[in-house]
Amino acid sequence: MAAEGKTIDALSQFELTHALGPVGAAVNFTQSNAFMLIAAAVIVLLMTVGMAPRAIVPGRLQAAAETFYEFVENLVVGQVGHEGKRYFPFVFTLFMFVLLGNVIGLFPYAFTYTSHIAVTFGLAAIVFVLTTLVALALHGKKFFGYFFPEGAPLWLAPIIVPVEVVSYLSRPISLSVRLFANMVAGHVLLKVFATFVVLLGGLGIVGPLVATLPLAVNVLLIGFELLVAFLQAYVFAILTSIYLHDAVHLH
Amino acid sequence: MNGRDDFNERLRKARQRQGLERSTRGADGDGQGGLPPSALRIGLRAGAEVVSALIAGAGIGWLIDRLLGTFPWLFMLFFAIGGVAGVLNVYRLFNPRKGARK
Repeated sequence: MAAEGKTIDALSQFELTHALGPVGAAVNFTQSNAFMLIAAAVIVLLMTVGMAPRAIVPGRLQAAAETFYEFVENLVVGQVGHEGKRYFPFVFTLFMFVLLGNVIGLFPYAFTYTSHIAVTFGLAAIVFVLTTLVALALHGKKFFGYFFPEGAPLWLAPIIVPVEVVSYLSRPISLSVRLFANMVAGHVLLKVFATFVVLLGGLGIVGPLVATLPLAVNVLLIGFELLVAFLQAYVFAILTSIYLHDAVHLH
Repeated sequence: MNGRDDFNERLRKARQRQGLERSTRGADGDGQGGLPPSALRIGLRAGAEVVSALIAGAGIGWLIDRLLGTFPWLFMLFFAIGGVAGVLNVYRLFNPRKGARK
């Protein structure tokens, strides 16, 4: 597949194709959408089936569901403070959606929807609009004081205000680019080394021996990618909470 | 619910004896993001901040230019502002703003 024509084709894995046959093609339903639905279904199943027993001493699924819940709750309350609890459902949904997208994408034949900037920027834009609306709703006009720190000399305003505005507007970009770049880089690396295995494996007698080296690298990379998958979801969630903190406390 | 409280209390004591109880701060203590301090990760994050601020600045400049038909000038100005905002972002990464606390 990748080694056809003896070239390294690392980017075709990100191409969108139609899922669900002719029905999907008619409504532009891609495999990316399909995996989003799968991720959503896995999340809902984990939370409903896992929490169904409501045991005091949790079983495996319930322990997993509770771990995720408590992890995100600690994160939100730790960053935003006690009044941040009402934003917990939002951050939890984001975190689980990004995490499942990253992790499901590591399975063979699966598609990583977080490797598309359109998806990550869409998520980041939701965060951006929501935090801005929260700040406006809680503080009204005082929100615009955010762009000019108190106590700075007034003649500096023409410099400070545009810089602060641009800095504020760069948030969704850095949020989305970070997740997108990490996922793309990881999958390209995996694909490149996997192609090396195939290419080197065809080198006659020494081939299979040499090919074990990139295979070993890939085994390590998969572990590393699992770490990155979790870490990026964590970073996405914690940055969302930090922005919510700024919106709630406004300083 | 007395039984459950009792259980939680015993669980907490047992965890403390075993040294499993994490200190309450620590997960969210260090830095702005509470990330484990790895040099490469901090470097990449700082780079992402600078680049995204540059993109935002240049994008705004380009958009206003396109609306007003003054092509290179505002683009150049906002590119510079984007660079300043990028440096500001990196500064904020290490020194989160504290002032004006209500």
